[in-house]
Amino acid sequence: MAHEHKLEIFRGALKFKSNVSKIWGVFILLSIVTIIEVALGILRPEALVGNKFLAMNLLNWIFIILTIVKAYYITWDFMHMRDETVGLRRAVVWTGVFLIAYIIVLILIEGDYIYEVYKNGFIKFNF
Amino acid sequence: MEATVVKTGTEGKTWGGGNNPLKASYGKMMMWFFILSDSLTFAGFLASYGMSRFKFIDAWPIADEVFTHFPFLHGVEAPMYYVAFMTFILIFSSVTMVLAVDAGQKMQQKKVILYMFLTLIGGFVFLGSQAWEWKTFIKGDYGAVETNGRQILQFLDTDGKRVALADFAAAQTDSRVEHTNESGIWYKSEPEYKTSVSFEQVKEGFLANENLLIRLPNKDENGQHIVLSREESITKLVNDGNLVVEGANLRHNEYGHPLFADFFFFITGFHGFHVSIGVLLNLIVFFNVVIGTYERRGHYEMVEKVGLYWHFVDLVWVFVFTFFYLV
Repeated sequence: MAHEHKLEIFRGALKFKSNVSKIWGVFILLSIVTIIEVALGILRPEALVGNKFLAMNLLNWIFIILTIVKAYYITWDFMHMRDETVGLRRAVVWTGVFLIAYIIVLILIEGDYIYEVYKNGFIKFNF
Repeated sequence: MEATVVKTGTEGKTWGGGNNPLKASYGKMMMWFFILSDSLTFAGFLASYGMSRFKFIDAWPIADEVFTHFPFLHGVEAPMYYVAFMTFILIFSSVTMVLAVDAGQKMQQKKVILYMFLTLIGGFVFLGSQAWEWKTFIKGDYGAVETNGRQILQFLDTDGKRVALADFAAAQTDSRVEHTNESGIWYKSEPEYKTSVSFEQVKEGFLANENLLIRLPNKDENGQHIVLSREESITKLVNDGNLVVEGANLRHNEYGHPLFADFFFFITGFHGFHVSIGVLLNLIVFFNVVIGTYERRGHYEMVEKVGLYWHFVDLVWVFVFTFFYLV
């Protein structure tokens, strides 16, 4: 089996010389992202917590986007998804992303609805 | 036998078989689809956590106030640092794992042994950290009172600082005798969950100390906990108070809503179970590398397969970290 690795990240903006140096590069990237997350989690800047975008505050948006960035690099470079064929990549990633996004949207809307019922309903339901 | 058609007449054609359009071996491809289905299980857990949280959005505990401990630093408020440490352990063990995979592809047995060993160490450190996290969470911090409506009342002094139950609860006033099989109803036993002080003692101590207030888990518009005035606090405790809660288990949770503890145990427990399985698989493959199984086989694909599983465990932790501790 040939073990060719694609050594470019950031759409080719950063090209590593060997697979090992790419691994360390991705590790540094993941560490920086984690440090940013932890720092924001401790500081909780008022400007980010106070302002909302689509019913969620900006800080939580940043956390979720950074998490997806981390997940991307773990899957693409540590799990070598970058080197797999397009067919395998789509079969795994698209299926997962679609189903997970679907359940999360439906279930969170439902949770918010029950909250409103608890809060505003004249009848207390026993859920 | 002679009647069996041995040739299909499609040899060499697209549907004749024998070609691998995905260019991945059977085992590796199935590991990918196992990971896909397992990630759906975790997504189900995290989505139901999200639903319960949205359901009780204004009474949900803030993770920063719950996980504030760091080993050997007693009394120091250190939110997030410990989980950040655990995250780094797992990411680093992922790095050594992928280095082992890389060394395996180059058939460097010695390097594979070294990197697999480091990965195992990382796995054990992570599991130990999680055990400590659980122990601290179960043991509890300040203690609280649960009302008949299962609301959690926490105690503050007038400066807004949390006060532990043991610091103000009155000395032993009730003379409760432990139930034994010999002296009571033989088929009944003491409940397993026993707290260090009784509700009566807490009530008595609270009424005697003028500077104590009650904090509700519910939050106001600014996201701050609602603190009751002294009169409201007394009414709330005397009328609604039911039992003392110390620490967390599947029924009670001193930090806030009981579902928070349930999901904590379920999600981090299920993840920890995956880590344990990963450590076990890594251990088996590690010994196979040491005795040269893959050297004789001519390739290190087993290392790649357990590597995929190990990275998946790391991937799940990234999401658990965000949705349990950060958001």
